Amino acid sequence: MTEHLSEQIEKTERPALLEISDLWVQYRAGGEIVQAVNGVSFQLHERQTLALVGETGAGKTTIAKAIMGILPDPPAKVVGGEILLDGDDMLKMKKDRLRKIRGARISMIFQDPMTALSPVYTIGNQIEEAYLEHFNVSRAEARKRTVELLNMVGISEERYGEYPHQFSGGMRQRVVIAIALACNPNILIADEPTTALDVTIQAQVLDLIYRLKEQNGTSMILITHDLGIVAENCDDVAIVYAGEIVEQGTKEHIFNETAHPYTKGLFGALPDMAGEDEKLHPIAGLPPSPSNLPTGCKFHPHCPNACSRCEKEAPPMTEISAGHYVRCFLAQEEI
Amino acid sequence: MNEVKAMPGKISDLGVKKQTQIGLTVRRVARGPISVLCFVVIMLIVVVAVLAPVLAPYGYEEMDLFNILAGPSKSHLCGTDELGRDVLSRLIYGARNSLLIGLFTTVISCAVGIPLGLIAGYFGKTADTVIMRVSDIFQAIPDMLLAIAISAALGIGLENCIISISICRIPGFARMARAASLNVAGMEYVEAAKAMDMKRPAILLRHIFPNSLSPLIVQMTMTVANSIVQAASLSFIGLGVQPPQAEWGCMLSAGREYIRSHPHMLIAPLVAILILVLALNLFGDGLRDALDPKMKK
Amino acid sequence: METLIETRNLKKYFSSPKGTLHAVDDVNIKINAGHTIGIVGESGCGKSTLGRVLLHLTDSTSGQIFYRGEDITDVPPEKMSALRQKMQIIFQDPYSSVDPRMYIEKLIGEALRNFSKAERQKKTLELMDLVGIPRRLIYSYPHELDGGLRQRVVIARALALDPEFVVCDEPVSALDVSIQAQILNLLNELQRAKNLTYMFITHDLSVVRYVSDEICVMYLGQVIEHCATKELFAHPMHPYTNALLSAVPVPRLSDKPLHREIIHGEVTSPINPPAGCRFVGRCPYASDECAAPQPLAEVTPGHYVACCKAAGVNQ
Repeated sequence: MTEHLSEQIEKTERPALLEISDLWVQYRAGGEIVQAVNGVSFQLHERQTLALVGETGAGKTTIAKAIMGILPDPPAKVVGGEILLDGDDMLKMKKDRLRKIRGARISMIFQDPMTALSPVYTIGNQIEEAYLEHFNVSRAEARKRTVELLNMVGISEERYGEYPHQFSGGMRQRVVIAIALACNPNILIADEPTTALDVTIQAQVLDLIYRLKEQNGTSMILITHDLGIVAENCDDVAIVYAGEIVEQGTKEHIFNETAHPYTKGLFGALPDMAGEDEKLHPIAGLPPSPSNLPTGCKFHPHCPNACSRCEKEAPPMTEISAGHYVRCFLAQEEI
Repeated sequence: MNEVKAMPGKISDLGVKKQTQIGLTVRRVARGPISVLCFVVIMLIVVVAVLAPVLAPYGYEEMDLFNILAGPSKSHLCGTDELGRDVLSRLIYGARNSLLIGLFTTVISCAVGIPLGLIAGYFGKTADTVIMRVSDIFQAIPDMLLAIAISAALGIGLENCIISISICRIPGFARMARAASLNVAGMEYVEAAKAMDMKRPAILLRHIFPNSLSPLIVQMTMTVANSIVQAASLSFIGLGVQPPQAEWGCMLSAGREYIRSHPHMLIAPLVAILILVLALNLFGDGLRDALDPKMKK
Repeated sequence: METLIETRNLKKYFSSPKGTLHAVDDVNIKINAGHTIGIVGESGCGKSTLGRVLLHLTDSTSGQIFYRGEDITDVPPEKMSALRQKMQIIFQDPYSSVDPRMYIEKLIGEALRNFSKAERQKKTLELMDLVGIPRRLIYSYPHELDGGLRQRVVIARALALDPEFVVCDEPVSALDVSIQAQILNLLNELQRAKNLTYMFITHDLSVVRYVSDEICVMYLGQVIEHCATKELFAHPMHPYTNALLSAVPVPRLSDKPLHREIIHGEVTSPINPPAGCRFVGRCPYASDECAAPQPLAEVTPGHYVACCKAAGVNQ
């Protein structure tokens, strides 16, 4: 435990690799404004894996796309905040520089391996292109690197010249991973990388991502809705609800000292493989529509413990124990 | 789930407004200013056609021999043609024939083509093979040639002109309806209907047809426009509407000879056709969007 | 206990340009009335096809299906209506399983075509109450509803004719966890209230544990393990079941380092499969014996496994 704590302290004292502070993103469509991300802040340190957990429409993918600078504009618009990479604000960078960073320093693995690859190029060609985009090397060298990458993700070199349609879903996701890792990025953003895959294949792919990340010393933001994946692959967790981080901390904080009622609700809704529970305890109702958010705490309409204060005031993010932040009045009172 | 007590069931007691597909569609169309404008234009043309004898300043065959090929003036707002007939009056009377041709060819070709296509797509197998191969044969012959051949075989006149053009249009509709129905037939709600013991013709009518309609609607509005132009070509070679009857297409062909010296003869029907076709197409677009159930309110 | 549905050597083959696709291959199951049988497997294992064959949504290639002891493999058309009323299906994707051009009243009422208008309205409202759709939504179209409510519409429609047997084909896999829990609770409540028999098809082992009394694990068209739910989770015997169980990430922190048995390779093609064990290419225990056909055998009482090494694997 002490060892763990010192590790923790070391981690927080190091300057952050990536720092998001007070990020706001809106979607504007036909006069309607959708508040997708509302003041999200977090840091990512070297070799750290941070999970962004939340349900459909919570804004997880929007955060990831904002970091990558690939939000479709219009309708999306970053209306406030900073995304600092080594202290440089990526939101203010010129397009050229962003393009150099994208892929080389930060890259992304997408959810659907069926649509992430172009059907008209061979997979070898696509990996090679990703490498050539950022390094001024000869074709032969790029090819060498591609073969290396293919071996790394467990695809035999003979498949270099095959097209995506000749690959199964799991194999395609391996190709996508190879492309993402082509330039040895510092930061990897994985957006639901295994949601489209079968469990046995999911286990293979998660294992692969984990292994490569450890090997290369990559930091990772893992976006998922599956708390099981979080438990097994991440160091820290941020729970996202209605475009806000409602609870953040190490995974021990989140799993063993759950503080926010929404996080508790998420755990209650899970049918557990090992548990003996007879009835699930889902969160009543649905997450709010981001075009019509409630006042005060955004979770109060569904919160079993909501009081009148929750309706009027939005609770601030408060540190309830070292490194464990919660956005809830009740959890704050408890300390 | 608990808040609802077992209340006796009558929907009318709920005080919830029913929104039928038609009602919804009308409201959605009404929200688009362009669609509304186009609808008004189409309706105006229809009214003009219906009230032709009242509105037209002259008869369509009335000749003013002192004013042959005259340009626009107070007495003849759009000028006169080579026989001294008032172009405006002929336009107004011509709207009747043109609309009849456009409307009826579309109705007939849809009424035959769409069911054939749906049957081919949903029932498949032999029906599909037979229907699609026959329509292949029809589509292999150039449209105009086919229309001429049928018109020539049936004889001259407005009705036969409509029939021949309709036949040319049937394979197009059948093909499109087939593609749309294949798409819809794969949906799970069709399987659900089957599990509820719905018979295949009922499924075809209740689920496949309404959900295949969107692409067909655009095709329909385009067919109206194309048919009017094709009828003009038939008239031009003497197989369509017979003189002295007025029809926009044949006015167009007649005006062609005088395009350099008296362009007004050409411009007037051209503008009329242009406006009608444009209005129909834009309205069709709006209608298709309004029929899309995923459209926001 | 009465057996509601039973299959004997049920097969469904599809012909494809590359050969015969064995979607369902020699499946023998018994489903007891009032129980839930879970069918678990990964994509392409034939679990959905099995459900559809039972409901006569596709014809079987060979084998027999019995309903309350009566052979219903080839039902004459005049008896089909009565049979269809007894058996219903709930689909996976609540977005494509309701007609987008119908509002809720029509969607549910469609199943009640043979009733008078007043009766139909009454029943529709009752069904909406039953599955928890607010009555004010009666004229709402599917696009105005979220996934959870749509799935409730699908459930209401399936229950409209008071069926005895419902095939639930991945009914919650398209839903978020909190909504998933609501729907699972609803399905359990309905089962108790109406004494329904479920066949619950899913790839999600945590869900199937929660809803099922017994479980069949399928691999490439065959049932490879079949036993009571508790037994399966406590003593999985087939190497594939083991791999499947250990592949599911557990949402809980444990002090023990992760022991995970990752099986390599991917599901082989269901087209012209080999005569022997179909898992052999990925199995860590495979040997020459596995080339022989592996019939489902009772290894311990009530626990059927199709693996010649079943007893050994578990020790």
